[in-house]
Amino acid sequence: MSVITHNDKCTGCGKCVEICPGDLLVLNQEKNKSMIRHPEDCWDCMACVKICPYGALETKLPYQLASYKASLKPQVYPDRIVWQLTDLAGNKEEFIIKTLEI
Amino acid sequence: MWEDNFSQSPKELMETDLLIIGGGTAGCLAAVEAKEKNPDLKVVIMEKAHIDRSGCLAAGMNAINAYLNPGETPESFVKYVRYDACGLIREDLVKSIAEELNPVVQKVEKWGLPIKKDANGQYLPRGRWNIKINGESLKPIIAEAAREKGALILNRVTATNYLLDGNRVVGACGFGIRDGRFYIIKAKATIIATGGAAGLYRPNNPGSAHHKMWYSPFNTGAGYAMGIRSGAEMTSLEMRFIALRTKDIISPTGTLALGFGAPQVNAQGEKFMTTRYGGEGAPTPIRVYGPTKENKEGRGPCYMDTRHLAPEQVKELKASYLDMYPDIVLYWGANEIDPSKDPIEIQGTEPYIMGGHCQAGYWINVDRSTTLPGLYAAGDVAGGAPYKFVSGCWAEGVMAARSAVEYVKAVEQVSADLEEQIAEEWQRIYAPLQRFRQIGEGVNPREMEERLQKIMDEYAGGLTTYYEMNDEKLLAAQKKLAKLSQQVQYLIAEDYHELMEAHEVIDRIEVAEALVHHLLYRKETRWPGYQTRLDYPERDDQNWLKFVNSRKNPLTGQIEIIERPYEQLVPGDRYSPRG
Repeated sequence: MSVITHNDKCTGCGKCVEICPGDLLVLNQEKNKSMIRHPEDCWDCMACVKICPYGALETKLPYQLASYKASLKPQVYPDRIVWQLTDLAGNKEEFIIKTLEI
Repeated sequence: MWEDNFSQSPKELMETDLLIIGGGTAGCLAAVEAKEKNPDLKVVIMEKAHIDRSGCLAAGMNAINAYLNPGETPESFVKYVRYDACGLIREDLVKSIAEELNPVVQKVEKWGLPIKKDANGQYLPRGRWNIKINGESLKPIIAEAAREKGALILNRVTATNYLLDGNRVVGACGFGIRDGRFYIIKAKATIIATGGAAGLYRPNNPGSAHHKMWYSPFNTGAGYAMGIRSGAEMTSLEMRFIALRTKDIISPTGTLALGFGAPQVNAQGEKFMTTRYGGEGAPTPIRVYGPTKENKEGRGPCYMDTRHLAPEQVKELKASYLDMYPDIVLYWGANEIDPSKDPIEIQGTEPYIMGGHCQAGYWINVDRSTTLPGLYAAGDVAGGAPYKFVSGCWAEGVMAARSAVEYVKAVEQVSADLEEQIAEEWQRIYAPLQRFRQIGEGVNPREMEERLQKIMDEYAGGLTTYYEMNDEKLLAAQKKLAKLSQQVQYLIAEDYHELMEAHEVIDRIEVAEALVHHLLYRKETRWPGYQTRLDYPERDDQNWLKFVNSRKNPLTGQIEIIERPYEQLVPGDRYSPRG
């Protein structure tokens, strides 16, 4: 796994397609939802996750490396990112990190 | 878009003053500098991805690792870099970078980069050459600066070859990876800034995680390959970069070592760097050679010991990683790793070729001109000056731009007839698509990449041989690569994305062949780990304190080795960090 699309949130706006450094995200023509064409080619840079205005994309590490269920979700604001980490046991941690000096 | 025939195929013909190939770390700063020197200059950036998140900085950075903290000087920087590169660097190049580091960092700070400061407003150091930043948005910040200054940015256009008038570079050809359009860009001057090469060797993780690597998997050596094909002189490819990284997720370890004081320990808890390899402050290659040898000799796994960290330090550590390599935070969460209780397992990466940490790349002058007139090089693709990292690549982009702007003043747009060359390049670019349409079967880029990586891993000092090599194995690699390069004609591509992949593997094979020539030629072990020769295990200053350069003769197609002398400009002991 690499990036999954939560289809209920994806509007097909294509911002993730525009940004992906690996040219990996495409819009599924029938459903108009974003999808990754080669999950194994993802670098996990999270550029797509961060740019999605709807929180529709989520990084899932390859299963050979990491167990299922933990999550790391960035909420992007103009000058900071609020990261929500949920570990395997369900413990939550939040990080607020500045990204731009305004 | 794509047609079967050159004359009917859609083309984009452009003319510019300055063409910058690669809008990454070095390319963006080059664009800004060129426009500041001359706002009327036409500047085009050719970018394979999207400039906001392309190159090495896509996920961000949490430190600037080449900065002169108070008390340091360009000379002290040269001494340290020379020590770290085992006594052999281009001191002129490194010194020129050092002189630009602090101004360029302060410039990017003005564009909005948050740099961490102490109570007195001084930058927070993280070692002699490092300062802490909140650099998640480093790439969008410098991309915006390039855009604001008026550079024309061609996203999703990959370069494939230079346009040549004799041996003068007069622009480049390429294609749109989404629309298949053929680009012909004529330029008075060209800056190559495409980064280094990943994916030459079998990577740490197989299959579904093959791109879970540290260096950008999308940096595929295009700039090197273009230079090699055009007869540019390359240096020090044999100084491969093998990074010491956290196991599996391949995160940087500088954050653990410099930021959080974590020493390396083996399975017995022994601080082996101190007991066997000259200490934690040993040169970077030795810091990866150490744990590699520990593993080989049965004392692994090896770790960086973080168990001294208090809970609030662990939180700070995770926050640092979120600015640069967020996956490790998810990896720890998913695998229930608590750095205050569990030491962090480490390993070396597959070998990368790059001039930003090591010194593989174009042989350049201090003004960043290459051996091809009209072509300047900056960043990971430029050789001779290791320890650049982000800020050194910025500095080099700035220097290359200054020289290119001067060069543009003195030359006219090329008037020579390039038609034959352009038609040949069109043919070369679209051959894999053509083969797929006309014949329908052949070798897909992934298959070819796998075979390349297998050869390099097993015969040219990859991970599975603990990076070790000897003449016979390298000669075998050379033979196998020569056969592989004959197979390029059978590549097939079903769409433009695959066409990009086809050219990525073609470029990697080009770089791999040159690399093996370099590895074969240097008959000493200059950089243990990076370049471990089992048949020449010692460093040999008597015979090998010099640069190994190469040039592929465009007439014969043969790679010729050229030796270049080392010059010591900054006096002192070359094997001491303070000279």
